[in-house]
Amino acid sequence: MFLQGYLPSIMEGTILTLQVAVSALLVSVVLGLIGAMFKMSPSKPLAWLAEVYSTVVRGVPDLVWMLLLFFGVQMLINELFAQMGWEAPEINSFFAGVMTIGFIFGAYMTETFRGAIMAVPKGQMEAGLAYGMSPLRVFLRITFPQMVRFALPSFSNNWLVLVKSTALVSVIGLNDVMYRADTAKSITQEPFTVYAVVGGIFLAITSVSDLALKRLEKRYSTGVRETEL
Amino acid sequence: MIDVNLIIERFPAFLGGTDGAPILSTSDGLQLTLELLGLSLVFGLLLAVPMALMLVSRNKWVARPVWLYTYVFRGTPLLVQLFIIYYGLSQFDWVRDSWAWEYLREAYVCAILAFTLNTAAYTTEILAGQIRNTHYGEIEAAKAMGMSKWLMMRRIVIPSALRRALPAYSNEVVMMMQSTSIAGLVTLADLTGVARRVFSDTYMPFEPFLTVAGIYLVMTFALVWLFKRAEQRWLAYLAPRKH
Repeated sequence: MFLQGYLPSIMEGTILTLQVAVSALLVSVVLGLIGAMFKMSPSKPLAWLAEVYSTVVRGVPDLVWMLLLFFGVQMLINELFAQMGWEAPEINSFFAGVMTIGFIFGAYMTETFRGAIMAVPKGQMEAGLAYGMSPLRVFLRITFPQMVRFALPSFSNNWLVLVKSTALVSVIGLNDVMYRADTAKSITQEPFTVYAVVGGIFLAITSVSDLALKRLEKRYSTGVRETEL
Repeated sequence: MIDVNLIIERFPAFLGGTDGAPILSTSDGLQLTLELLGLSLVFGLLLAVPMALMLVSRNKWVARPVWLYTYVFRGTPLLVQLFIIYYGLSQFDWVRDSWAWEYLREAYVCAILAFTLNTAAYTTEILAGQIRNTHYGEIEAAKAMGMSKWLMMRRIVIPSALRRALPAYSNEVVMMMQSTSIAGLVTLADLTGVARRVFSDTYMPFEPFLTVAGIYLVMTFALVWLFKRAEQRWLAYLAPRKH
């Protein structure tokens, strides 16, 4: 039997990996939008905060962030609860993984969205405001639909890097595809086959994403003339 | 809350010092991280230049294999590549019986191999992109001077593409520097590996991980600064006019 019947287990792990990746993407998009708005806001402290966030996060490896946040936050919670005299809860590792990866990629998304917002002509936003729209409505109706086109290439790249970073979450105890592979490797004694299958799974995810995002890019560029050499 | 004494006490461990022994008495920590980075970048670049030339070739039997190589290595996580080399190769008896096994069973060699193959894939794509971007005038001029194809590649296309690749390559180098942090997952004592060791000794998370985070941040800034200088030197002709 192929991999002594461990393939279903690896596939289950893949689903968890995908869940982590997609949830982390949502977190990172929210953080990225907030970061981009802070960075472009007239308020100096907010702009500075966003600058520190995007610079410091991007200057430190993902793995170090995961270890620092996962073990660090758990210890803070332990100490806090100990002071109150309560029993500390264990952080859910799925939640921890999603938040950590979301936090890291929020920094990359900040740069992506900032560039994209700046690419939309300012007169568009001014016109919206002049029509009496609220700033939120201007963002949702005017800025956002137009910035998508500029954000997509870098967004796609961030997503592909994020998916590959998800391979690290087994370090903080998630039962993901890498964790399942580790078990399968020890029992089947076929480490090459196991990791080749895992590699194939990741390649399939990145290939499908790449195709889908290319289509989306085309869609959002409707009506934009391409320059031909 | 943060034990500064612990940081001071354990700091030498990140620079290769052990209990009682002075710093740099072992290659653990910073030195190992820099070795892994430096060697894989050098080997990776040496592989990437010929592969980039193959990738832009009009002969598809030459271009396709390189395309497949960069596609696979850029589409899978570096951690999986490292594990395939470190754990995976032992599955084959012919690998274990060969002369290379003496090296391939070393985590150090496996890490350098995995990092080299990975960075070579990204660098190949960066270089190939810049080779394709070469201005047609430069190529026409080279042909008009009667240069052979290889002389033109050597004197015109490759030097110019390498220069123009600098900004994208600097990103790749910073990413690679950060990626070396996974070396600890195959038993190596690089910066992150040392931090995890200190963490499991003391069960204090902030001190070791904040220390390495700081070291990586400084290294990121240093690399960015170095590449800025390199761009000022080798890309000055593309900079906007100052006066």
